[in-house]
Amino acid sequence: MTAKMLAAATAVGLLLGIGHALAEPAVVYDAGGKFDKSFNEAAYNGIEKYKSDTGDSYAEFEVQTDAQREQAFRRMAQRGADPVIGIGFSQAPALEKVAKEFPDRHFAIIDMVVNLPNVQSIVFKEHEGSFLVGMLAAMASKSAKVGFVGGMDIPLIRRFACGYAQGAKYANPAVAVTENMTGTTPAAWNDPTKGAELAKGQFDAGVDVIFAAAGGTGTGVYQAAKDAGKLAIGVDSNQNHLHPGTMLTSMLKRVDVAVYDSAMAVKNGNWQAGVTELGLAQDGVGWALDEHNAALISEEMKAKVEAAKADIIAGKIQVHDYMADNTCPL
Amino acid sequence: MDDLFYLGISTLAATLRLATPLILCAMAGLLSERAGVIDIGLEGKMLAGAFAAAVTAALTGSPYLALLAGLTIAAALSLLHGLASITYRGDQVVSGVAINIIAMGLTVVLGNAWFGRGGNTPDLNPEQRFMPLQLPGAADLREVPLIGPFYADVVSGHSLLTYLALLLVPLIWFLLYRTRFGLRLRAVGEAPAVVDTAGISVLRLRYSAVILAGLLCGLAGTFLAIAQNAAFQREMTAGRGFIALAAMIFGKWRPWPAFFACLLFGFLDAVAIRLQGAVIPGIGPVPVPLIQALPYILTVILLAGFIGKALAPKALGRPYVKER
Repeated sequence: MTAKMLAAATAVGLLLGIGHALAEPAVVYDAGGKFDKSFNEAAYNGIEKYKSDTGDSYAEFEVQTDAQREQAFRRMAQRGADPVIGIGFSQAPALEKVAKEFPDRHFAIIDMVVNLPNVQSIVFKEHEGSFLVGMLAAMASKSAKVGFVGGMDIPLIRRFACGYAQGAKYANPAVAVTENMTGTTPAAWNDPTKGAELAKGQFDAGVDVIFAAAGGTGTGVYQAAKDAGKLAIGVDSNQNHLHPGTMLTSMLKRVDVAVYDSAMAVKNGNWQAGVTELGLAQDGVGWALDEHNAALISEEMKAKVEAAKADIIAGKIQVHDYMADNTCPL
Repeated sequence: MDDLFYLGISTLAATLRLATPLILCAMAGLLSERAGVIDIGLEGKMLAGAFAAAVTAALTGSPYLALLAGLTIAAALSLLHGLASITYRGDQVVSGVAINIIAMGLTVVLGNAWFGRGGNTPDLNPEQRFMPLQLPGAADLREVPLIGPFYADVVSGHSLLTYLALLLVPLIWFLLYRTRFGLRLRAVGEAPAVVDTAGISVLRLRYSAVILAGLLCGLAGTFLAIAQNAAFQREMTAGRGFIALAAMIFGKWRPWPAFFACLLFGFLDAVAIRLQGAVIPGIGPVPVPLIQALPYILTVILLAGFIGKALAPKALGRPYVKER
């Protein structure tokens, strides 16, 4: 009887992680969930790579409601997780609060800047990656009309749109770019019906390639492109596999690399706080080419995009960052 | 000029697509509220119906089974609403809100547990969905000036469920105003005591109305998940149930006016989508938030200035207590 109870208590203790210093990384995913085929899934892939490369395990948590964010971070920090990585800009307030409570622990946040001595903030130069897919869109378009569908109308999404428009104009100055935002509230991240309607509206106006940076709303755009036999461009993760044949490419945001590097840095003892900006030069953003879209990308398109990529890295092409002054030069 | 004509055609086609879930939900709300039961749970029932339809379509591959599942789940939630607010005389608004919250949470939790995709269901193939139908002669008539494109792109090219929604409006009008059941249903929303005195069961009438409303919501959800889209996504109804409720009040609880209110909202939504980024000479680009607020601004103006007072059924929101 006593032995049984002891065993039960041990099991509970193990489950709760009582008294176990983990010293392993922890990832707190944003509300989309770790299999969102996009942003969060990229983080998951990064930490999985860390696991297979080092053999270390990791802790993870999928946030379901806003109230859970702070709890999740505190719980991970209490258990001794190091580093604690928050995925997504909405995690910033919770992470900031908990990071102050645990000054000797390392924290990292993706897509947002938190200025604390124990926090590493990783942001991406989305405009550079968007520039490249904008070029591809303009080159693939037969009507010289390309489109953009954004999620919620915030500066981050305008940054995608502005980089995309610059790239399209760079590849073909005569191209017309149509820009639509789904809405002005967070509901705009999850309205595939509106996304599909925006896409259909653009198709009706002659657009034949659409880049969607709109979270779950993008699913509707990709589906509409497939139904209409037009092209669409994915975002964050490689989404080419969603609809092979109508997905021209995807604008990659290497959240996986960021998560992997952050965890590795703590393991190797060369972790640094501060803001890390990942652009084309660091392979933090890019465009996806795989077996699902190889038939849509000609050698010429590939060569031109790679040349532009080299020019951006070398500083010969300056891609304007919308968030620098909240304007787009086009 | 030609461009403008095709823009108009495309806007009208989008109007019908966008109005379909609104029409179905507005008719649902109308049936329930004419019987005296407030139905603020349209959104939740539609969401649950969408989820059930998407899951069933993904698992069985049949859109018809999916439709059946959508109808069943939405009707089941309606029964719950009926149980709480008709049998146990609870507050109808509270029960409706509860249904919305249950649907919002349960769909995501179940979706996550079954498919592990953040609450989404797997993508569907065309044969698992209600795809747009080409009406006979649409392709041949396209070349006829004016009428041809209108027939081919506005009248033809919608899913079966859209045509069903359009057909349901006159049917519901007939049901309400030309049948005995309809007369009794309207009476039970105005003066349930009178209906009771005549020896007709108030409870049975209200339950029938509420279940019919659930079926219509299930139809709307099925349309959203497997006709307009190809998967369920969390909170994909995005407030359409509430807009339908507004359209129903706008139409003063009558089928035809409510139907036209839904068309108006759908039209404004379609116009808003096409006006985004358009440049008005002398003013510059149209601001996005203004365009998106347009349907609501117009509702307030029309309701306040032109339509006049919207009178609800007299017994709306009051549970019926039999006098002893």
